[in-house]
Amino acid sequence: MTPRRKRMIAVAAIVIGVGAATAVALQAFQENIMYFYSPSQVTGGEAPRGRAFRLGGLVTTGSLQRTPGSIEINFLVTDNAETIPVKYSGLLPDLFREGQGVIAHGKLNDGGVFVADEVLAKHDENYMPPEVADTLKTPQSAGGAS
Amino acid sequence: MWTWFHKLASPPHFYRIAGLTIPWFSWPALILILVGLYGGLVLAPMDYQQGEGFRIFYVHVPSAIMSMFIYSTMAIAAGIGLIWRMKLAHAVAAASAPIGAWFTFCALATGSLWGKPMWGTWWVWDARLTSELILLFLYLGFIALRSSIEDPQRADRSAAVLALVGVINLPVIHYSVVWWNSLHQGSTMFNPGAMSIQMKWPALAMLFGFMLYYGAVLFVRLRAEVIRRERNAAWLREELAR
Repeated sequence: MTPRRKRMIAVAAIVIGVGAATAVALQAFQENIMYFYSPSQVTGGEAPRGRAFRLGGLVTTGSLQRTPGSIEINFLVTDNAETIPVKYSGLLPDLFREGQGVIAHGKLNDGGVFVADEVLAKHDENYMPPEVADTLKTPQSAGGAS
Repeated sequence: MWTWFHKLASPPHFYRIAGLTIPWFSWPALILILVGLYGGLVLAPMDYQQGEGFRIFYVHVPSAIMSMFIYSTMAIAAGIGLIWRMKLAHAVAAASAPIGAWFTFCALATGSLWGKPMWGTWWVWDARLTSELILLFLYLGFIALRSSIEDPQRADRSAAVLALVGVINLPVIHYSVVWWNSLHQGSTMFNPGAMSIQMKWPALAMLFGFMLYYGAVLFVRLRAEVIRRERNAAWLREELAR
């Protein structure tokens, strides 16, 4: 075996070895890397009990209720399978609206309501001009969550 | 083909060819970036959700793609340098690192500026943002390791091993939004149908402009490196006297 061939194998071994080690490590930390839990995971009992975590999903259309005279709001977060009620008082990002993705940080209370202390908006990778979005909404293909 | 390759690797030839090539990179780069900026900031329609604010996309996304493109170039050059003991390849890796680090910084900074109004936060520790930050640390580690070893040959080799170890971060960054739940959305540029061509072309112009810019700066830095390494050679004195 020539020295160059040996070095080639050494380089390949570094890349493959580090790759395998990283894959194993990431697999082990899988749960910690997940940034949020979906409503299905929460009702399925996967989310931590009695400890703060993040809940992610879409704000159910028509579910947003503002309390008059305060900044407290109530809305439902859904993943189109399960739904969790959320209570929050605080500032909302520009993109927060019904039908949009949202990630809330907080705790489940005894009544099954998620009391949030921070609400972030999550958007998807689709960009389009407003006119195009309007024409897409008129037919029944209005579900933008795919 | 191999003789041409070896000829290119010889310092005098490389110095001359690089000098001739630079304008062919820098001028198209300037034009593409200006066209891309005009297209992105003026011509492209605004987004239906984010309004005019989405236009930071045209700097953020090309920078982020460049941060990964330059790292892969750097790692391939480092691998070639290790296997074939080619000094020029190590020089390419060394010259690429600061450029890549700056593109990574730009991607992180513009992303942060974009995240505050849209998401509601400057920074979160989700998989995409964290892995991109690790990429910046890999670049900085590479630069620090190289400059901390005095013997150039040992510096080249140790830094090259670090560059190869860091390669694993590239698929992690790219697939972070697929493998895990994250605040960051999925890929727009690699997803046909996520953006129409009238919004996408300025981003492509910016990306190619950035690539040519990288090529131009890379050659300028490599010429400087050749001058540094060959400072006592006769050919260089003749070349500079002309």
